[in-house]
Amino acid sequence: MMETAIEVRGLVTYYGDREILKDISFSIARGKITVILGGSGCGKSTLLKHLIGLLRPARGHILVNGKDITVSSDDELDEFRKKIGISFQGAALLNSMTISDNVALPIREHTKLEESTIQIMVRMKLDVVGLSGFEHFSPSQLSGGMKKRAGIARAMALDPEFLFFDEPSAGLDPVTAAGLDELILKLRNVFKMTIIVVTHELPSLFMIADHVIMLHQGEVIFTGTLDELRASDNTRVRMFLERQPEKATYTPADYFKIIAGD
Amino acid sequence: MTPWATENLFGFLGRGAFSVLKSLHSASRLINSTFYWTFISPFRGKALRFRASISEMVKAGYNSVPIVAIISLFVGIILALQAAYQLKRVGALIYVANLVGVSITRELGPILTAIIVSGRSGSAFAAEIGSMKASEEVDALISMGINPVRFLVVPKLIALMIMLPALTIFSDAIGIFGGFLLSTTVLEIHPYSYFQQTIHALLIKDVVTGLIKAWAFGIVITIVGSYQGFKVEGGAEEVGRRTTASVVTSIFLVIIVDLFFTALFYYFT
Repeated sequence: MMETAIEVRGLVTYYGDREILKDISFSIARGKITVILGGSGCGKSTLLKHLIGLLRPARGHILVNGKDITVSSDDELDEFRKKIGISFQGAALLNSMTISDNVALPIREHTKLEESTIQIMVRMKLDVVGLSGFEHFSPSQLSGGMKKRAGIARAMALDPEFLFFDEPSAGLDPVTAAGLDELILKLRNVFKMTIIVVTHELPSLFMIADHVIMLHQGEVIFTGTLDELRASDNTRVRMFLERQPEKATYTPADYFKIIAGD
Repeated sequence: MTPWATENLFGFLGRGAFSVLKSLHSASRLINSTFYWTFISPFRGKALRFRASISEMVKAGYNSVPIVAIISLFVGIILALQAAYQLKRVGALIYVANLVGVSITRELGPILTAIIVSGRSGSAFAAEIGSMKASEEVDALISMGINPVRFLVVPKLIALMIMLPALTIFSDAIGIFGGFLLSTTVLEIHPYSYFQQTIHALLIKDVVTGLIKAWAFGIVITIVGSYQGFKVEGGAEEVGRRTTASVVTSIFLVIIVDLFFTALFYYFT
């Protein structure tokens, strides 16, 4: 039996009046790669923001190692955030700093280590992501894939227990994207991290996922392994895997009503 | 009035009131946390970011020295000319020194500096924080357990709380020098008597009230710029809009705060 690291129970959230996540429950296993899959606008990025404590849900609970982060105080959340690392969609490196200062930032903020130790840690992290020698570059001098790698190095700076990826391969060419997937697998195998990846890229999914959670319009429509996903007969899952477009659901009369605006 | 129109009117007023209340709420939250991270948390073991504060001081203070100098010099000259235009009719040309000295130190020095700094730094704060917000850098800070107000706003606040009074002193001096320059040449007032007249006209209180105002303007400009920056939700277009809004709002609020302090000093000093 796999050990549960994060458990989400009955999560409900709104943007204004619109319900984004509708009573979502699932659990994430420790030391595995869990992929949260779904089309655009299904609420997966919103879900990620809840998991890292950037947003608080309207209802429901998120238990990380048994502790409910939805009711934590800001100080407790800051403690929790030292245990997680996040790789953002656009890398989100601070443009005013060099790559090494970016990676060193969480270490400088949260520890009282010697500067020489910090430099060694930074070089180690950059080496893991394959960016040795780029310490003194500024983020604007790097390519998209390199920025993502630098973002991952920063996310790993404090050796987190959990690593979250928001669309790791978005906007990257297939070769670079495959390189990132390989890096994610390496992080799981070598560092035994619990990794949560939000994506809609199928090649990535089949390469890295241990466990898949699929969202559609704010609801969980599938949880299980890759093999179970392939065998699923849920129509939405099939449409996603076989890249079928949304069917036109209008009758001519409906369409007339829409364009007539009445 | 039909029932529909009434409902629309009330709906309109209510929606307007709610959005004003919401902005007030988020602005006061920003003010609250800015003051917390500036004045309270350093005593609880969270050090201020000195190096960042100094680099902000260079950007906001040192780099605006030339423009403040030129504008203050010209305003000093203009003020002396305008004063002479009236005073020479009554043969009291020497009072140009009083007028220039008092109005520069009490009013024009602080307000000119504040308007220049709003245009240079207030907009830069909004653009910097806004573009960081748009590229998820602010979210990244939060997710690293770094408070964005402490990281971004506090160094700017410290910089402006120090640099705005400093620039104001500088602006006062240059402005008075501008008046002196014009009076001793065009108006043919003797340099020594102009100097004496200025010294006698100025009270410590005139300079100090100006500096208190400048300090308050520094806070206003920082808060408005940062507030507008943090309000950015979309992309580059909104950064531009918020930057403009920050300049307009901070100049407006600087004038309001100026009115408040001038009235206060008028009655209580």
